[in-house]
Amino acid sequence: MIVEIGHYALALALALSLVQAVMPAWAARSGDAALREVAGPAALGTFACILFAFCALTYAHVTSDFSVQNVVENSHTAKPLIYKISGVWGNHEGSMLLWVLILALFGAWVAAAKTSVPPVLRTNTLMVQASVTFVFVLFIITTSNPFARVAPAPLEGNDLNPLLQDLGLAIHPPLLYLGYVGFSVTFAFAVAALIEGRIDAVWARAVRPWALIAWSFLTLGIAMGSYWAYYELGWGGWWFWDPVENASLMPWIAGTALLHSIVVMEKRDALKVWTVLLAILTFSLSLVGTFIVRSGLLTSVHSFASDPSRGVFILAILALFIGGALSLFAWRAPSLRQGGLFAPISREGALVMNNLFLVAACATVFVGTLYPLLLEMLTGEKISVGPPFFNWTFIPLALPLLVIVPFGQALAWKRGDAAAAAQRLLAAFAVALVVALGAAALAWGGPVMAPVGLGFGAYLIIGSALEIWARARGYGQNRTHDLGTTWRRAVGLPRSAWGTALAHAGVGVVVLGIAGQGWATEGLATIRPGGQVASGPYVATLDRVGPTKGENYEETTAFLTLRNRAGDYVGTVETGKRFYPSRRMTVTESGLKTVGVSQIYASLGEVLPDGSIGMRLYYKPLVLLIWIGSLIMAAGGGLSLTDRRMRVGAPVKARAKLSPSAVPAE
Amino acid sequence: MTRKSRRLILIAACGAVLALALGLILSAMSGSIVFFRSPAEVAAQGVAPGTRFRLGGLVKDGSVKRGPDQNVEFSVTDTSATVPVQYRGLLPDLFREGQGIVAEGTLDAGGVFRADTVLAKHDENYMPREVADALKAQGRWQEGGGKEAPKDAAKPGTADATLGQRSER
Repeated sequence: MIVEIGHYALALALALSLVQAVMPAWAARSGDAALREVAGPAALGTFACILFAFCALTYAHVTSDFSVQNVVENSHTAKPLIYKISGVWGNHEGSMLLWVLILALFGAWVAAAKTSVPPVLRTNTLMVQASVTFVFVLFIITTSNPFARVAPAPLEGNDLNPLLQDLGLAIHPPLLYLGYVGFSVTFAFAVAALIEGRIDAVWARAVRPWALIAWSFLTLGIAMGSYWAYYELGWGGWWFWDPVENASLMPWIAGTALLHSIVVMEKRDALKVWTVLLAILTFSLSLVGTFIVRSGLLTSVHSFASDPSRGVFILAILALFIGGALSLFAWRAPSLRQGGLFAPISREGALVMNNLFLVAACATVFVGTLYPLLLEMLTGEKISVGPPFFNWTFIPLALPLLVIVPFGQALAWKRGDAAAAAQRLLAAFAVALVVALGAAALAWGGPVMAPVGLGFGAYLIIGSALEIWARARGYGQNRTHDLGTTWRRAVGLPRSAWGTALAHAGVGVVVLGIAGQGWATEGLATIRPGGQVASGPYVATLDRVGPTKGENYEETTAFLTLRNRAGDYVGTVETGKRFYPSRRMTVTESGLKTVGVSQIYASLGEVLPDGSIGMRLYYKPLVLLIWIGSLIMAAGGGLSLTDRRMRVGAPVKARAKLSPSAVPAE
Repeated sequence: MTRKSRRLILIAACGAVLALALGLILSAMSGSIVFFRSPAEVAAQGVAPGTRFRLGGLVKDGSVKRGPDQNVEFSVTDTSATVPVQYRGLLPDLFREGQGIVAEGTLDAGGVFRADTVLAKHDENYMPREVADALKAQGRWQEGGGKEAPKDAAKPGTADATLGQRSER
């Protein structure tokens, strides 16, 4: 019964989102203000309905209701509770339901937030958001119904793919979707502004928090997915340049560009048309990503769907929204009042360079991801575009960007002084040089790019710290040499300044982690108990191989003792092969031993009849910094959001309380 | 600085970065793209030794020989032609005789495919897309042609593509 009510709630959400999409447009014609106000409550109602539908599906999964086909295909009575819940979005239908749930959540959030957004802009935004929701709910109801029943109900389900039965992958999709789908709000704002034909600093101020929220979640979601792939797929890579990963990376890059161009628009009333275009493109890339992953176009990590009717439907959605928004843009953009041009050596000039490099890098990922699909469709020739392509195209475009980050921060708005900025960063240059040369000397003859990468990472971290230092010291007449005053001023800096510095330092930490992988080593051996396998500074001894048992799997586990080259005990590590009887599938469970921010990674190969095992041992120096840095970046985004000027739903009065001195021009 | 020169600088910067991106893409396209070949195509067209490509097909029954130190030899077949493969490293969990795999590497002078990557992107009732397509193209595809269709695979459509598994040396 609950399942049917859930299905009905989804249909109700379809109707409500249609009301929300159509009524404001009607109101605009008839001039009925009351009718226009329907959008807000309708957004809340849509969200409530979809939330109910989602809970109903979760209920069916948790209670193992095998009369529901979705539960039959993806659940099993022996599965632990947490994976019964995460199994809801571990499949095509459920993950699309999560997609629209988050879409509706953002719609309701915009409707409920008490911001100073002009009412017409707000209503139009809700209208656009509702039209996206409507089409995607229609997609679910017509092609991907999660509530379909099956009769007669089987006694047992097919279980969830064992690789998906993992805590990391349980929370990865919700985080990723909060980011991916969060950019629907900036898209809706952009289209709303185009409809109204008015784009100004007020618009930028309204959009900036939403871009930050989406960006922070997307950062977390991508990092989570990367860590999952690292420890679960068993060969120690942290980024595969897989189309599915690229699908989430492209909106992230475009979103990063958007975040920065919005700042220019807010402060300098420039780059307006470009910012609106970026807002449209960012969500378009989210839609393209959804299409790549959901259409069954690829047989890759996340492709659950194999029904072409879905692909065609999503392609139609793509054409409607991307085509529609870009046509509207082409029609309206020329009539928008452009801001002035500005000096190349200035903060805004540096931000333009940031946007240029980010967009170029995004374009190379786009080409590398879609070219093989296009080629196969047109000629039937199958090619694979792998890491060599992306390393060759992406890295040369990313490195100049890293140089610009602290440099642009050190430039003033309007007219910067390049020499003064370089002087201010002198300490960062010096530290970077010492780090790079020191690393090169210590690991002479190793990879060239690794010490260079460490230098870049150090430059970014020190450069971000110097930025805070310089602002706290003050400029011109306000300059202080008193440490106490500097400290008090640093504490008094707006949170967004701290957030920016933190996020940029986070990029530096990620770069350190990536650079460390240049020194990663790998050992491979066939060993018996008592045998050894070595990698980098560590040696692992196989103690024994034995069976262990989990809730819904049987495991053959290899127990190893780790020592360093001098023979000192470091710790133990276990790696195993898990056999899931429900799917008759075997999955390798890698073993990790963390030493500082480095990891030793053991992966069990085949267990041969004669008792010997294959064992792979990686040493991954600094690898944890990749994800710690991502967390720092997301934390920087979060910290910026707590800035009074940025808080979604902050009472307008709070603005007046701020003393002008606390808000120095950024 | 005049408005005109500012605009010129902006346009020049855009042009330079876009030209750089385009140049990188084109050079990478010519250098680092890997083609997919089935054993029949390798036999018919021949692939120059040293050229990197992806070889896809079924692991021939009875062909897997394990050497010392994680060296392994096996043959990849599409039933009309067979290519011997050498690989050193851990094989993916789903690797076994009769299963579809994709290997990446180069042919040596003796016609042996030296793989540095072996992928098994499938589960018990699914094949790598490229392999299935290649078999279909030769008319050797039997619908549901997996060797051991699990009895609990209740309906067509439940055969979901599993997560890709790869093993790299």
